[in-house]
Amino acid sequence: MAVLVFPGSNDDRDAAGALADLGAEPTLLWHGEAELPKCEAVVLPGGFSYGDYLRCGAIARFSPAMSAVVEFANDGGLVLGICNGFQVLCEAGLLPGALRPNASLAFVCRDVELVVERADTLFTEHCEPGARLTIPVKHGDGCWHPAPDAHAEHVVLRYAPGENPNGSVDDVAGVVNGAGNVMGLMPHPEHAVEELIGSTDGALILGSLVESAQRRALAPA
Amino acid sequence: MRATVLVRPKPGILDPQGDAVGRSLRHLGFGVEAARIGRVVDLELQAAGREEARSQVERMCAELLANPLIESFEIELADES
Repeated sequence: MAVLVFPGSNDDRDAAGALADLGAEPTLLWHGEAELPKCEAVVLPGGFSYGDYLRCGAIARFSPAMSAVVEFANDGGLVLGICNGFQVLCEAGLLPGALRPNASLAFVCRDVELVVERADTLFTEHCEPGARLTIPVKHGDGCWHPAPDAHAEHVVLRYAPGENPNGSVDDVAGVVNGAGNVMGLMPHPEHAVEELIGSTDGALILGSLVESAQRRALAPA
Repeated sequence: MRATVLVRPKPGILDPQGDAVGRSLRHLGFGVEAARIGRVVDLELQAAGREEARSQVERMCAELLANPLIESFEIELADES
């Protein structure tokens, strides 16, 4: 599994650590690499890639590694974008919608409660349908706006009623693409994998990804 | 050649910055019903003529300067003097 590192990424090592704890063998991959290592999944971590100048994620999508990620995703490879990674995937056109500044204009950093709308994706199969998860958010640009062709099947996670931290349309916190192999979410599952820091619900999402990737690695080509 | 690109949040897109500025202006006693805040990009570019400059800037907008899902853009080319 590869974890991309952009200039300004800051959750790459947390993501790699959490994935390793869940049984994956993550490699950090610098954004200047034009080729991905042989892997079953790519994670785009949180942070502020390229300073998020212009719009969040807008410049990162032109990095050499992103061309490889787009090709990987179009070939059916598993891609998960967390926070800034979600923003980059939207800007790259791999996920429907765009992320705008929080309605409050304030940076929000706190635990939020999420509702699992779809437990049948490769990224959420360890969750119960309708389950409530507690996972932290920390972002200034998390207000998701749907693309005209976005529909209910794209929505994987919503903020629980009264929990929406950013004004996101229909309380959307995470979406999957139509093919089901690319997901993005604003909350940080990699920060919720240890009892010590309050919640292990993030392991349900990352663990689903790890298992989906391992299953693919074993499947005959 | 100089060009200016005006990027605006599309109608219906939440613009909390514009809302906050609108509220402040009303607070100051101005009869402001709405404020929307976008972005201005001033460019100095090399182009053989206005047509070429315009087509270059249109491509810049489509590829990077605006996200067509949430933003509209307008291009103004400076008069050549």
